[in-house]
Amino acid sequence: MIQIKDLHKSYHMGSNSLHVLKGINFNVKEGELVSIMGSSGSGKSTLLNILGMLDEADTGEYILDNVPIKNLNEKIAAKYRNEFLGFIFQSFNLINYKSALDNVSMPLYYKGIKRKERTEKAMHYLQKVGLAEWSHHLPSELSGGQKQRVAIARALASDPKVLLADEPTGALDTKTSYEVMELIQGINDEGKTILVVTHEDDIAHMTKRIVNLKDGIIIDDSKVEQVRASLHV
Amino acid sequence: MFDLERWQEIFETLSKNKLRTFLTGLSVASGIFILVILLGFSKGIENGVKSQFERDATNRIAVRTGVTTKGYKGLNPGRYIQLKNSSFEAVEKKYDEFFEYRTKDYPIWGANITYNNETGNYRVRGTLPDNQFIENADIGSGRFINQSDVEGSKKVAVIGNKIKTDLFKGEDPINKNLQVYGMNFKVVGVFYDPGGDREEGQVYIPVSTAQKVFNAGENIRNMAFTVKMADNFNEAVIQSNAIAKGIEEQLKEIHVVAPDDVSAVRVFNTLEEAEKIYSLIATIRAVFWFVGIGTIIAGIVGVGNIMLIIVKERTKEIGIRKALGALPMSIVGMILQEAVFVTMFAGLFGLVFGLGLLELAGPYIQSDFIKYPQVDFNIALTTVFLLVFAGALAGFIPAYRAAMIKPIDALRDE
Ligand SMILES: Nc1ncnc2c1ncn2[C@@H]1O[C@H](COP(=O)(O)OP(=O)(O)OP(=O)(O)O)[C@@H](O)[C@H]1O
Ligand SMILES: [Mg+2]
Repeated sequence: MIQIKDLHKSYHMGSNSLHVLKGINFNVKEGELVSIMGSSGSGKSTLLNILGMLDEADTGEYILDNVPIKNLNEKIAAKYRNEFLGFIFQSFNLINYKSALDNVSMPLYYKGIKRKERTEKAMHYLQKVGLAEWSHHLPSELSGGQKQRVAIARALASDPKVLLADEPTGALDTKTSYEVMELIQGINDEGKTILVVTHEDDIAHMTKRIVNLKDGIIIDDSKVEQVRASLHV
Repeated sequence: MFDLERWQEIFETLSKNKLRTFLTGLSVASGIFILVILLGFSKGIENGVKSQFERDATNRIAVRTGVTTKGYKGLNPGRYIQLKNSSFEAVEKKYDEFFEYRTKDYPIWGANITYNNETGNYRVRGTLPDNQFIENADIGSGRFINQSDVEGSKKVAVIGNKIKTDLFKGEDPINKNLQVYGMNFKVVGVFYDPGGDREEGQVYIPVSTAQKVFNAGENIRNMAFTVKMADNFNEAVIQSNAIAKGIEEQLKEIHVVAPDDVSAVRVFNTLEEAEKIYSLIATIRAVFWFVGIGTIIAGIVGVGNIMLIIVKERTKEIGIRKALGALPMSIVGMILQEAVFVTMFAGLFGLVFGLGLLELAGPYIQSDFIKYPQVDFNIALTTVFLLVFAGALAGFIPAYRAAMIKPIDALRDE
């Protein structure tokens, strides 16, 4: 599903330049649930943003579902973001003036799906994350955990091939974190490929594989025994 | 542009961001409103000045005489120059092709006029039928003096509206007899004059009748003509100046007056005055346009500013939309369509509101110098479109820039 070879990325600020990713190599197969760990500043978000096509690498190869992602024009990039990728952010990134339902509908709108079908699908995914009754509430009327579940529903709405989550539990308390992880595990059980960036060991152990980043390179990459979040809830 | 889904999305955004929509709309609407009022008043002042001036025909040449101040060809100064029917006929004959209307007058000031028990002193003017047009008199009822009145020296009178009010007290004066110094005159018409009370306090009678009943023989007091207007205003001024000068020379010759005697024969040319008024009106108009264009520029800058702020405020949202698969052009389109819709709607609202106010309040403005404030609808509409276009243009640049940056940079915006 994802193949990465010798990926490099630097940030330039004035005359300074910061080499953040220093040759990343790794592959993710369909249906995997991978966590990316590492200390703050190690380049986890940078890597995930490149995988999510929100940012571009300087050099290196990135192949998503057999399509090389390199110098794509905006039209194709938008199509891939819409159809291949679902993003879940630490700070939720919901549109604050739209209801939960309308937020979940957004990717479907950009997919060109008509209103009626859009609403039905969005409702289906809201149901899936257990927020059907909250469909007409604004994000400001929801708790952190609820907001993240709306964001997960939104990421799922266009049925992407890969789900990318950057510290999805970073802004949540432990109990809510486990609920969100339970949801993510459930989605993975259905076969979706998921990458989760996290700081927390317990969260990482709820995935099936942990990739450890340090100073822009992978220092460890190993399969783990998955801990079911439902045991904690 | 006519994508229904797109419009639904836009109406939703607008209605869920009411304050932003309202403030944008308000600034556009008030700009257009101010402009409409401004242009309306400019036109009102123009109308007022023109109507002050349009008491009489603008292309009028009038002749009056006085006393000579210089001796000439053996004649002493201090001689009163008396115009005669023959003087009028000579001028009329010489310039006939240039004239539109002509009149010779024999007026009496402060003539005693009576109807039933009401009496008063008014000016009685013996005149020709053409004077109706030279004086811009409007016939309210009945008719003006006609040619057969003049030929038959009939004792008929056309009275001003003020006399009707003063003496007839609401009675219909047509075909009633009034007395001028005790002589019966039949009223055949009532007139209004844009000159107001001063002109409406007059009685017109045929000049031939006036000469008879006031024992004036062949004498007339003054004469007036209107010159056919050349198409071009400047040409008309030049032409009527030349005619005025020619008439003055001709009359001085007939009545043996020194060519440089300025008080014995005086020829007034209103077109020359008109030129001054028109240039005054042009100045007023220019000043208002200057202020108006200033207002539009301020409006454009304002709309541009609002667009910048809106795009800035929505940068993160733009990042989210891009992350979800929005095309840059769909984002630019969304922002522009919103901007165009709001400015258009608000602009038209300001336009209608301004026009409505002028329409309602205009008639209540009682001033000699402001009359019927009104706005050329097309000009106002053009301004609205100009603002809409400027708003779209001002919005395009930041919207395009925001839509083209990497989604992650847009998302990072706080
Ligand atoms: N837009 C940017 N411009 C400049 N430097 C950046 C930018 N984004 C990230 N960095 C730097 O790159 C390095 C890696 O950042 P990144 O966000 O990938 O770290 P991270 O592993 O996600 O850290 P955290 O756990 O704190 O989220 C950091 O030193 C950060 O300061
Ligand atoms: Mg991070």
